[in-house]
Amino acid sequence: MDEPVDVVKVDQLSKVYSGHGKELTVLKEINFSVKAGESVSIIGPSGSGKTTLLGLCAGLDAPSSGSVSLFNQDISKLNEDQRAVLRNDKVGFIFQNFQLIPTLTAIENISIPMELKGLKNIKSTAMSLLDRVGLSDRAKHYPNQLSGGEQQRISLARAFSNNPKLLFADEPTGNLDGDTGAKVEDLLFDLNRENGTTLIIVTHDLELATKTQRRIRLKNGEIVEDSRV
Amino acid sequence: MNISFLIKTALLDARTQWGKLVLFIASIILGISALVAINSFNDNIVADIDNQSASLLGADLVVTGNKAIPVDLATMLDSLPGERATEHELLSMAYIPKNDGSQFVRLKAIEGAFPFYGEFLTTPASANETFRKTNGLLVDDGFLKQFKLTAGDSIKLGTQILPIAGSLDNNPGGAGIGSGFAPTIYLSLETLKSTDLMQAGSMIDYAYFHQVNEALDVDEWKSQRRRTFSNESMRIRTINDQRENLEEAFNALNTFLNLVALVSLLLGCIGVASSVFIYIKNKVNSIAVYRCLGMKANQAFFIYFLQIMIIGMLGSMVGAALGSFIQVVLPKVFSDLLPFAIETTIAWPSIFQGLTLGFVITSLFAMIPLLGIRKISPLRTIRSNVEEGAPTRDPLIYMVYGLIVISLFLYLFSITGSLLDSAIFIIGLLVAFFVLYLFSKLLIWAIRKYFPRNWSFVFRQGLSNLYRPNNQTQILLVTLGLGTAILSTLFIVQGLILENVASFDEGEQPNTILFGIETNQIEDLKQKTREFDMPVVEEVPIVTMRIAGWQGRTKSEWLADTTRTARRWAINREIRVTYRDTIDDSEKLIAGNFVGSVNPGDSIFISLDEGYAENLDVEIGDEIEFNVQGMLVKTYVSSLREIDFTSMRTRFFIVFPLGVLEQAPQFQVLVTKSPSEDVLNAYRSDVVKTFPNVSVVDLSSILKTLNDILSKISYAVQFMAGFSILTGIIVLLSSLLLSKFQRVKESVLLRTLGASRAQILKIYATEYAIIGILSAATGIILSLVASWLLVTFQLDLEFRIQYLPLILVFFFIVSLTVLTGLWMTKDVVQKSPLETLRKDV
Ligand SMILES: Nc1ncnc2c1ncn2[C@@H]1O[C@H](COP(=O)(O)OP(=O)(O)OP(=O)(O)O)[C@@H](O)[C@H]1O
Ligand SMILES: [Mg+2]
Repeated sequence: MDEPVDVVKVDQLSKVYSGHGKELTVLKEINFSVKAGESVSIIGPSGSGKTTLLGLCAGLDAPSSGSVSLFNQDISKLNEDQRAVLRNDKVGFIFQNFQLIPTLTAIENISIPMELKGLKNIKSTAMSLLDRVGLSDRAKHYPNQLSGGEQQRISLARAFSNNPKLLFADEPTGNLDGDTGAKVEDLLFDLNRENGTTLIIVTHDLELATKTQRRIRLKNGEIVEDSRV
Repeated sequence: MNISFLIKTALLDARTQWGKLVLFIASIILGISALVAINSFNDNIVADIDNQSASLLGADLVVTGNKAIPVDLATMLDSLPGERATEHELLSMAYIPKNDGSQFVRLKAIEGAFPFYGEFLTTPASANETFRKTNGLLVDDGFLKQFKLTAGDSIKLGTQILPIAGSLDNNPGGAGIGSGFAPTIYLSLETLKSTDLMQAGSMIDYAYFHQVNEALDVDEWKSQRRRTFSNESMRIRTINDQRENLEEAFNALNTFLNLVALVSLLLGCIGVASSVFIYIKNKVNSIAVYRCLGMKANQAFFIYFLQIMIIGMLGSMVGAALGSFIQVVLPKVFSDLLPFAIETTIAWPSIFQGLTLGFVITSLFAMIPLLGIRKISPLRTIRSNVEEGAPTRDPLIYMVYGLIVISLFLYLFSITGSLLDSAIFIIGLLVAFFVLYLFSKLLIWAIRKYFPRNWSFVFRQGLSNLYRPNNQTQILLVTLGLGTAILSTLFIVQGLILENVASFDEGEQPNTILFGIETNQIEDLKQKTREFDMPVVEEVPIVTMRIAGWQGRTKSEWLADTTRTARRWAINREIRVTYRDTIDDSEKLIAGNFVGSVNPGDSIFISLDEGYAENLDVEIGDEIEFNVQGMLVKTYVSSLREIDFTSMRTRFFIVFPLGVLEQAPQFQVLVTKSPSEDVLNAYRSDVVKTFPNVSVVDLSSILKTLNDILSKISYAVQFMAGFSILTGIIVLLSSLLLSKFQRVKESVLLRTLGASRAQILKIYATEYAIIGILSAATGIILSLVASWLLVTFQLDLEFRIQYLPLILVFFFIVSLTVLTGLWMTKDVVQKSPLETLRKDV
């Protein structure tokens, strides 16, 4: 492997929500960077700003101040379309609340990133991904015909489908029983190992957190711990 | 749980949601305002007809005819108590020395204090008196403006140059839209006599006005003497006749306006149903939570029912207020088409009626989605169902559908008064609905079956949006299709009417007619016409005569025969006859032999117009005796002709052969063609100066006036159609918004997965273009059927399609659909994706 580069670089990042006359500072001047191939877990109590941080890193939201660079590119300097292309090319995202498109079937949901990229053999790739998450018999089901855990796995398969260099996962095992959760974890770390995908995982599960190379703990919008195993 | 709790919940629940009901309110407002405006306008017309019939007639009773009243009838009239007045009316040329202009005018010579009801509004006010006592003229104000004349200037009529006493600013006697052909000049009978225009051959209409004291029932008086008068071709009219005529004339307008109102209301109703549907859909989760916490299905229904009813009531009132306001504007739109100024008053009964009806119908439509609330299960809090929206197996829903059809039918019946018409309209509407519905089903089926798997992703995505869960294909196809059908039917019918008139103007048709020519003037006139380099297209002698007998019976025996099949007017009328030895090229011989000339003493063979022969019920070989200015002439029908009425030629019901009428008293008509307006003006001035008794009529200006009137009508029609279009757009918006929230989220997700803005736009453009194209096309096809039926069976016109308006309608609907669809995705770029994604949980 080459000299590892900063895949994610977060610089003095703050996020303030204002509304109803009050200002709510969710993130306060956060700094950290993640090297290629690293696996990082972000932990912290509910409401501490984990999802917000992940969203900012993936360019889904605009920071109040500070900057985020992905692959050495300041994403605030990109327009929304350029960010979309960057995401499609290199970034995967697993949402805390799955975010499957309700009008598309499982297999169609998985196919979207590949369709957008204009790849060939989409269907067979999608089927093998579906197989990997153990849901090959659910291909034609719509999201609301699936259980929470099944939706979670579909969203995982979708995140894998474009072979991302960087994968953000917001509570990827939150809704899963022990066995299935373990399977999902294996999938994530396989990807990290085989493809060198950088993993950034938000989790409550301390056991999962110990499996990552690095742990960042958030509290009240600030990093209170950043430790390597 | 008690009522006050439910009301409180209803208000609390609606608190943050008013914005979502904007489209609901807009639909109600538009629907009801159209209804109230049109109802009030119609009410005012009816009231005004009652008020104005007296002043439009100007008297209690009028006897009219195209000859002076015979002595015995005059004695009968004289026996009527009260005041009387007479009017002589004739058409003539007026020459304006000031600017060397000339104009075809209608002269009305008044003797007596006419009008008895209503009054002449003149400038100066004294002109109303001056024109009766001096040789001054009271001239139509439009005419004065056109020639830049004022009181004191002069006009030459016949042999006299006469001063203008003032302008006439209103329209007594209801000259109406026809007055544009020949503006009116009022003058005293003495003055008219002095002009030498009243001569043996001139066509004068006589009117005898009576103001009778109230004790006498003029309608009774009329019904006893109507026959006697009509035998002498004199017609009696009373204020009641006038009212009935007006009502009849306005009936068509009324029905049309009412149908427009109904269509707007219907579109409004669709808007109401779909906007309430959106609202309820957004509420489904809250409702499920209420149900989880122990609320009964009917209580949940009641909460939203209450919300919708309160807002519906408020919207209806705003609609009624707006409608009353629009009602003030309507008379201005129609002002050029009405014979009198409509007074706009607040028509409380119409407002009330519009309010009730609108409210009932919109409530019924709102019930369709509202009833669905009763079926929302608390299970939804855990898992949302695949089949969203209103369940269809609810018997109450069918009851609501039934009530809608019944109330529409009753309303239609109340405005048309015809069970058949109402039934046809309702059935037509249902058929259109059904066709569009079936078509959308078919479309969805076809797309699934023949899905183009190798198209690019964005097109496939857009296409498959048409059949995915929660698609809006059906509601959009039905509402858009119906809207398009209505719009293009209006365009087609209007275009056909205009085209039928415009076809008069084509080709090398002659455009100028001279009439009132005396036989000794004809050679000089022909000479003058050639000097202007204009062709003498036709030179026609005219002899007036009446029927005196048929098949050996006298006219009175014929009329008295109770088994008679001939029409009274056809027997009684004064006939203008010509004689020639050929058939015109605008005519076609359809039966018998045309006889061109006869020798003195031989039997006389004449040719009849086919339609006139039918009305007289005479056949080839029948004997008809004519009274030609006192001399009896016996003839035989030898041929029947069909006349092409669109050709710009003189046309005659009866043609005599050469060799009979040459010596009878007659006058001549000359038909020519002027190359330009300038030449025509110069020619006209010259003719009028040399031959004051000759009238030069410019046919192209008549056509222009006719086209003016038609364009005013089509403007009024379009104004009314605007109501429907506006409501249609609201419906379009609300049906698109039906899934806006879902669509925005979808697009945001696509963006987080890496779709570019252009790709998202293409997906939606594909989807809405297909919907727009198909609904516009179906709507236009439906409108072709509807307008064909209308044109063929109601208007008796030849059906032909004008493609341009249809193409315009098509592109209008398609681009409107696509733009509205794309407009919905604007949130996608404006809001941060994370914010949108957070929203749903
Ligand atoms: N749009 C918003 N406006 C105001 N406050 C917001 C908004 N979005 C999030 N917040 C607040 O920001 C804080 C951080 O939210 P975030 O979702 O990042 O928490 P989290 O750490 O992911 O919590 P959890 O573990 O429960 O998922 C919360 O207190 C939340 O209330
Ligand atoms: Mg979170």
